[in-house]
Amino acid sequence: MVDTRVNLKGLSLRNPVLTASGTFGYGEEFADFVDFSKIGGIIVKGTTIHHREGNPYPRMAETPSGMLNAVGLQNKGAAYFAEKIYPRIADMDTNVLVNVSGSTIEDYVACAEIIQSLDKIPAIELNVSCPNVKQGGMAFGVTTDGISKVVEAVRKVYHKHLMVKLSPNVTSIADIAKAAEASGADSVSLINTLMGMAIDAEKRRPKLSTVTGGLSGACVKPVALRMVWQVSKAVQIPIIGLGGISSATDAIEFLLAGASAIEIGTANFIDPAISQKVAAGIEAYCERHGIASVRELTGALITD
Amino acid sequence: MDLRLIDKQLWSRSVLLKLRAQEEECLPEIFPGQFVQVRVDGSPTTYLRRPISVYYVDQAKQELWLLVQMVGDGTRTLSETAIGALINVMLPLGRPFSMPENPAAKLMLIGGGVGIAPLLYLGKVLKDNGFQPQFLLGARKASDLTQLDLYEEFGEVYVTTEDGSLGEKGFVTQHSVLANQPDMIYCCGPKPMMMAVARYAKEHDVFCELSLENTMACGLGACLCCVEDTKEGHQCVCQEGPVFNLNQLKW
Repeated sequence: MVDTRVNLKGLSLRNPVLTASGTFGYGEEFADFVDFSKIGGIIVKGTTIHHREGNPYPRMAETPSGMLNAVGLQNKGAAYFAEKIYPRIADMDTNVLVNVSGSTIEDYVACAEIIQSLDKIPAIELNVSCPNVKQGGMAFGVTTDGISKVVEAVRKVYHKHLMVKLSPNVTSIADIAKAAEASGADSVSLINTLMGMAIDAEKRRPKLSTVTGGLSGACVKPVALRMVWQVSKAVQIPIIGLGGISSATDAIEFLLAGASAIEIGTANFIDPAISQKVAAGIEAYCERHGIASVRELTGALITD
Repeated sequence: MDLRLIDKQLWSRSVLLKLRAQEEECLPEIFPGQFVQVRVDGSPTTYLRRPISVYYVDQAKQELWLLVQMVGDGTRTLSETAIGALINVMLPLGRPFSMPENPAAKLMLIGGGVGIAPLLYLGKVLKDNGFQPQFLLGARKASDLTQLDLYEEFGEVYVTTEDGSLGEKGFVTQHSVLANQPDMIYCCGPKPMMMAVARYAKEHDVFCELSLENTMACGLGACLCCVEDTKEGHQCVCQEGPVFNLNQLKW
C-alpha cells in the first residue's frame, strides 16, 4: 500500500495530482470523465474581482505538440463565483482551489478576500503570470519587486494556503521564486504559459487576435522541468510543477526534479480522464519501485 | 469511447468514415447538430482533438458516420486510418438543432461545402418525426457535393454551384427556390455563406438556426477558446452551440 498523500504547508492532498487553472473549467465540465475522489484537487478558472469578457476570437492556435491561447481571463468575477458557482462545487470530493488574478494590487487583494470567505476553498493560486492581459497579470510576475509587492499585499489579508504561480518569461525564475517565498508565499507553482506567436503565412496575419499568446502542452515540458529543478535549489517552500504533463511518467519526472505536487493542464483537452490516470500511474510506479510514500520522490533525482 | 472504423469512402477533399460501437458498448443518444471530438493518433503535428459534426447515426446498426473535410495534417491522418482500427471519440457534444413545433412548417436545410454534413442527420430525424425537410446545398463545383442521393431519401434537394457544374449557378442565397419563402431555416457552412443566409433570414423575418465552427480546443466549455461574441457576451461554441439561433448572434 503506497502512501500517496502530500502536505503542502498545511494544504493536504490525497495525492499529488491537481488540475491546472483554465484547463478544467469549474470541474463540472469533466464530471462524466473524472472521479474527483481520485485526484488531489482542482484549480478553477482564473478569477478576477470584476467580470471580464476576455480577448476577441480567435484565441487559440494549435502548434506542434502544443497550443497557444489568448483567452485573457474571461470570467464573471469573484462575487458571481462566490454566489453562483461555489455552491455547486463546494462539496466536490476533492480540494477546490481558486486561481486569483488582477490588474492592480487592490484588485488582487479584494478578490483574495472574497475567496477567503468561502469555507471550503482551502487555498488560492495567485496568478502573477498571465501573459494575455494588458495590465497586471504577468507584469507583476516578471520582476522581483513586482512579485514581492503583490504577494506581500495578498499575504496580509489572506490567511489560508497561498500558492503563487510563476511566469517562465523571466531571466531567472529562481530569483522570482525566492522573492515570492520571502514575501510570504506558502508554495510556488510553475510554469504558466510561455509567450509565443503563430502566423498564417497565406493570409500574412497573426493567428491570434492578440498577436501573441501563451504556449502550453507537451512542447513546453523540458523548459518547465528545468525551471522546477532550478527553483527547487533556490527555495524551501513546496513546489507544484506543471507544464506539458501528459502521463504518470511526466508527473514523476517533475517530482524527481523537486516538485511536491503537479498540475495537469492542456492534456485535459486531449484526454479528459488524464488526471485520474496520472494519479493511478504514480501509485503504480511507487509500488513497482518499492517506494512507500510518494513524498520520497520529491527531489530524488540522482545526479552523480 | 473507442469506435471501430468499419468502412470509409474517399473523395479528393473529403472522407466518409463509418464507425461502429464495439460489441459490448452502445452509442449514446445523439441529436442532429451535435458533434464529436476525435483523437488523431500518429500525426506528430496534431496535438488537439478534431471537432467533427455528426453526419449520420444509425442506432439499429450502432453506426456513427463522419464526413471529414481534409484541411490539414490531422484530418488527412484521420482519413488514412485503416479499416478495422479503433478511433477514440468524445460524444455527443454541444447543443443540437431545435425541432419545429408546427408539423406543416416549410423547412429549408441550407448547407455549404462540408457544412452539408450535419444536415443529413437533421433531415433524417425531421422526416422520422413527420416533418418534410427540403435541402438547399451549395458548393464551388459538382464534385464537392458528395452523396446527394442520401439527402434525397429525406427530402427534395436543390443545388447551387459557383461554376454552374450542377444545379443553379451561383450561391445558395441566389437559388430560385428561396423566392418561395421557408418558415424555418437550418444552416451550416462557411462563415461568409452563413452570413449571407442570415441576411436573407433577417430580411424575410424567417426563423434561422446556424451551426458555427469556431476553432476549438477542449470541446467541453472549459478552455474558453472557441467563443463567439454573442448578444450575451462571449459564449463557447462547443457548449452553448454549435447551433445558435440567429437572434442570439450579433450578425
